[in-house]
Amino acid sequence: MTENSNGIDFSSVRAKLAGEGRKRFWQSIEELSNTKEYRDFLEHEFPADADKAPDGLHRRDMLKLMAASAAMAGLNACTKLPTEKIVPYVRPPEEIIPGKPLYYATSMPLHGVGTGVLVESHMGRPTKIEGNPEHPGSLGATDVFMQASILHLYDPDRSQTVIYDGRVSNWSSFAAAMDDARIQLAPKGTGVRILTQRVTSPTLAAQIRKLLAQFPDAKWVQYEVSSGDSIREGTRLVFGKPVHPVYRFAEADVIVSLDADFIASGPGHVRYIRDFSSRRDLAAGSASKLNRLYTVESMPTSTGAMADHRLPLRAADVENFARLLATSVGVNVPPGTAAKIPGDWVAAVGRDLASHRGSSLVIAGEEQPLVVHAIAHTINSALGNVGKTVIYTEPLDANPVNHLESLRDLVGDLNSGQVEFLLILGGNPVYDAPADFDFASALMKARLRVHTGLYNDETAELCHWHVPGAHYLESWSDVRAYDGTVGIIQPLIAPLYDSRTTHEVIATLTGDGGTSAHDLVRNYWQSQRPEKGQAFEAFWETSLHDGVMAGTALPPVSVTATMDFAAQARAQSTGDAGALEVVFRPDPAIGDGEFANNGWLQELPKPITRLTWDNAALLSPATAQELGLQKGDYVKLRLAGREAKAGVFIVPGHADHSVTLHLGYGRSRAGNVGTGPGFDAYLLRDSSALWIARGLSIEKTGDKYEFACTQQQYTIDLDGHPADEESANAFRRDLVRVATLDEFHKNPAFAKDPQEEATKDLTLYPGFEYKGYAWGMSIDLNRCVGCNACVIACQSENNIAVVGKDQVARGRAMHWIRVDTYFNGGLENPATYFEPLPCMQCENAPCEYVCPVGATTHSSEGLNDMTYNRCVGTRYCSNNCPYKVRRFNFYLYSDYKTPSLFGMRNPNVTVRSRGVMEKCTYCVQRINAAKIRSEEENRTVRDGEIQTACQQACPAEAIIFGNINDKSSRVSRLKAQSRDYSLLADLNTRPRTTYLARLRNPHTEIHD
Amino acid sequence: MAQIFHRSTNLIARASIYGAVLIIGGLGYALYAIALSPWYTEQGLERQQPVPFSHRHHAGELGIDCRYCHTSVEQSSFAGLPPTQTCMTCHSQIWTNASMLEPVRESYRSGQSLAWTRVNALPDFVYFDHSIHVSKGIGCTTCHGPIAQMALTYRAGTLYMSWCLDCHRQPAQYVRPRSEVFNPFYEPPSASHPVMFEGKEFTDQLALGRLAVKEYKIHTLQYCSTCHR
Repeated sequence: MTENSNGIDFSSVRAKLAGEGRKRFWQSIEELSNTKEYRDFLEHEFPADADKAPDGLHRRDMLKLMAASAAMAGLNACTKLPTEKIVPYVRPPEEIIPGKPLYYATSMPLHGVGTGVLVESHMGRPTKIEGNPEHPGSLGATDVFMQASILHLYDPDRSQTVIYDGRVSNWSSFAAAMDDARIQLAPKGTGVRILTQRVTSPTLAAQIRKLLAQFPDAKWVQYEVSSGDSIREGTRLVFGKPVHPVYRFAEADVIVSLDADFIASGPGHVRYIRDFSSRRDLAAGSASKLNRLYTVESMPTSTGAMADHRLPLRAADVENFARLLATSVGVNVPPGTAAKIPGDWVAAVGRDLASHRGSSLVIAGEEQPLVVHAIAHTINSALGNVGKTVIYTEPLDANPVNHLESLRDLVGDLNSGQVEFLLILGGNPVYDAPADFDFASALMKARLRVHTGLYNDETAELCHWHVPGAHYLESWSDVRAYDGTVGIIQPLIAPLYDSRTTHEVIATLTGDGGTSAHDLVRNYWQSQRPEKGQAFEAFWETSLHDGVMAGTALPPVSVTATMDFAAQARAQSTGDAGALEVVFRPDPAIGDGEFANNGWLQELPKPITRLTWDNAALLSPATAQELGLQKGDYVKLRLAGREAKAGVFIVPGHADHSVTLHLGYGRSRAGNVGTGPGFDAYLLRDSSALWIARGLSIEKTGDKYEFACTQQQYTIDLDGHPADEESANAFRRDLVRVATLDEFHKNPAFAKDPQEEATKDLTLYPGFEYKGYAWGMSIDLNRCVGCNACVIACQSENNIAVVGKDQVARGRAMHWIRVDTYFNGGLENPATYFEPLPCMQCENAPCEYVCPVGATTHSSEGLNDMTYNRCVGTRYCSNNCPYKVRRFNFYLYSDYKTPSLFGMRNPNVTVRSRGVMEKCTYCVQRINAAKIRSEEENRTVRDGEIQTACQQACPAEAIIFGNINDKSSRVSRLKAQSRDYSLLADLNTRPRTTYLARLRNPHTEIHD
Repeated sequence: MAQIFHRSTNLIARASIYGAVLIIGGLGYALYAIALSPWYTEQGLERQQPVPFSHRHHAGELGIDCRYCHTSVEQSSFAGLPPTQTCMTCHSQIWTNASMLEPVRESYRSGQSLAWTRVNALPDFVYFDHSIHVSKGIGCTTCHGPIAQMALTYRAGTLYMSWCLDCHRQPAQYVRPRSEVFNPFYEPPSASHPVMFEGKEFTDQLALGRLAVKEYKIHTLQYCSTCHR
């Protein structure tokens, strides 16, 4: 393969893929074209130049330094332990046992929708978020945002004081100013505007209504980027009133996603993953019936990766697809144009849907125009799915409005000088409002501007008053879940700073100033509930304890589809069909920008692209080729007279002639972490085309942009080196094993390679006999949806440091578990497979043999112990690890300086220092805690009693941990399945982590 | 040819070779001795405390159970240090005017905690758990020494890893009946002082220990992640 230093030769890559067909699993285009960068990462533990000495250091100086460090190294130990103080309580609080964590239930609100969490608290410090098994939106699982919200709480860049006119002020001055404002604005409140994000909180809604009753001329405006507008308005279009769809994926045999990434975003996505993957489960035996997912999308997403059939289509063409699909199942809508859409594909999907009446489901994505939503709902009604796979309830919103129009009205009022007083409760419209609104200059026309939010951000800067908002872990509040169930938000800790909840801020205007948020919430529910007196006490305590108010899920409402919308003009089909399309999407890691200052999320490799610390102009290989672009070209993007500059990133499987831009980056006032990375895609985003626009032009600037992408890092050499005689195993060892359902039925043991099976137990010596416990893990690739929750959960549980973009680019990201992504098939539409990869805990661990100081050793329960205090940082272990799961602290990555972060750390895990190797330990702190508990109770550890952090977070239940010596344990039963296989089994490492091979359930009539 | 070196050079050479070996060895020994010396290990060092609390008086003479103050020793990794309130349960009634106890009363009045100096400290990378040790029949005094005789509290053992491993390798030498765990006057069985365990009388620690190891299912955990993680 020729190497092209200037870029990638797509034609040779295509030729190579065509030659290898479906046999080859590949990770990156760089791998296929065998670039130097790729080989660097493949052949070396770290790229060749990554650990180069600084320039200007001579050999002699180096030797001197080495000698000095060798001499000094021994002195390290010559310190006495520092004298410490123990400071007990004066009066001990109830329930707290020092050294034992407590768990409290609360709910995390995200875009107005709550998901239940259980928060681990050590001596009053919340340290870890887990899902609340009692909560319908969680069922015990979490997503990346929930996991990372703990870092949000302790973020040292959070706003800490009340600000007035750019100067430090205080709450009492603010309260006094609000009292004055109340008097001035009375009696009608002319010119009062309240701007909130999406509100489902019954208490907050009641407060706002009270305010509106006091000031009849006041108006309530709601705006949020992920507002659910298209979902609400789509239902309004077809049913005549806004309703809220709740999907039941567990009941659906055939699912069609019309550009809907229901796995990664939207209300209830955590629950939806659980329901979806419960139908990808073969562990139940032959009785289990696999669902089938069709995905039509422009940007490859996790949902596309899970699809049995995926069709890359420009976002604007999805409407055409939806119309064709509707026609094929007999729904009467004006048909779409069939250009670029394979007719037999649509027909086959249509037949599959039609043969699954009542057990199929069509979902439209939030970025899609209303008419696509309307068509999806119509198809579901026509197929009799309503009441079975989808139910409709009243909207979750306390006041379901169209956010875009609501904000448009506000901007109009601002510009005409009608706004006397603007209260912004959360949100950052100066940054994220549509560009044509020019919200910043409109805002300045309001006479008094008040902002409350977690950060002193772009919007706060332009307001007179800024009140630090309380984090949900510091707040009393309430919020509705995806199905309407109310969850009480209770604080885990007193506010770290002088921050207030939105309830307290608005109370200063309703005349309830001085009432605590707790009383506001409790009083509201006391007035609403039928229970009185003691009965209410009991109800309140139960709701707090469980984290949910029983029986508050919204009841289904009956709806009738009208076909009025069908006559409407097509939303997106107009315009120059050949023009380059641009699609805006909230970033999969940092959302709409809300989490920009969260280092964990910034450093999280995004699904599919595995890009960190950046957004990019994401486009397909063919489009890049057509436009003469290479990965890393820095380009100018022009859309309707607006301009932004971005790096180009090529994504296999992206639709042609379409560019995806992730929102949330390019912040100018986010904090030390979030200010800087990426570019601001909001600059191009217009209210006339919020999500999908046409007419983008791309112009090279000639500069290059460096990305920190982990996709080609930690690559494992699959080919071996034919030239290397040691490499007798020069056959291909695919790390992901896949079969179709038919192939699986013919050969249930397809994942086992006979050659590997023959060699994997070859040894001269008798094996070690593991008595007692033998810990092991099974990861079901058929269930894993690549959501990354495990990665952040691990980071939170194990005090894993953030290293920054530069270090990530050098292959030094510290994640103990990574989600490897493999592609199979051509560049245009490859099948995508996720493979979470923690330490394999090999029984014959190559790392252990080479450690010169015994810092990594084997436990009698089969763990590869890593003893940080012994490690001297030779990195031999990492060099010898075939799975590349060891992580080295090249610098002092852990933050030893910022006091607010100390409180966040798990006290049961060492915070690693510089020069120390670290890796996954199967959460040995949890194993030890459970073992101690069981020994004290004179029993053995129960199956399922120990959950590793990754397992507990996993919404798909793809990761199962347990004792493999117990043949009845869940993990043993999974490992006994025919789909079980080990990675690189021929190396005889005997990994304790094994995988269950992926199955696809393709439609027999579609061949792609 | 004349000798280049004087005859005495032989002696000097010998002396310097043996001398070097001796000096290096001596230095090594000195370092070793220092590392084990109470100066370095702080073994036996009585710490100054805000209140000169005497375990001899409270645990020894008055016979207050260890768990009256160290409440979480049976449930948690941390044995627990008594909150001021615990002191005041008695000292609001007795010795109410003792000047020695003024810091305790002041703490109770002001709500400011007493700051005790840690006596038994382990490095932060060691995760020791009290509850499992006491539930497996390791007595308080096994590690904390003759606490009932300590006027001011001092560290009884080195708390080195080798010291931990002494017991983790041969628990039978140290383990005692669970009923005796919190007895600060417990003495291991001997001919003159037999100990009852499981209805039998023992005069030999090893015999008692072996039975206790079996009865209490004591493992000899020695792999690293037992304590380091």
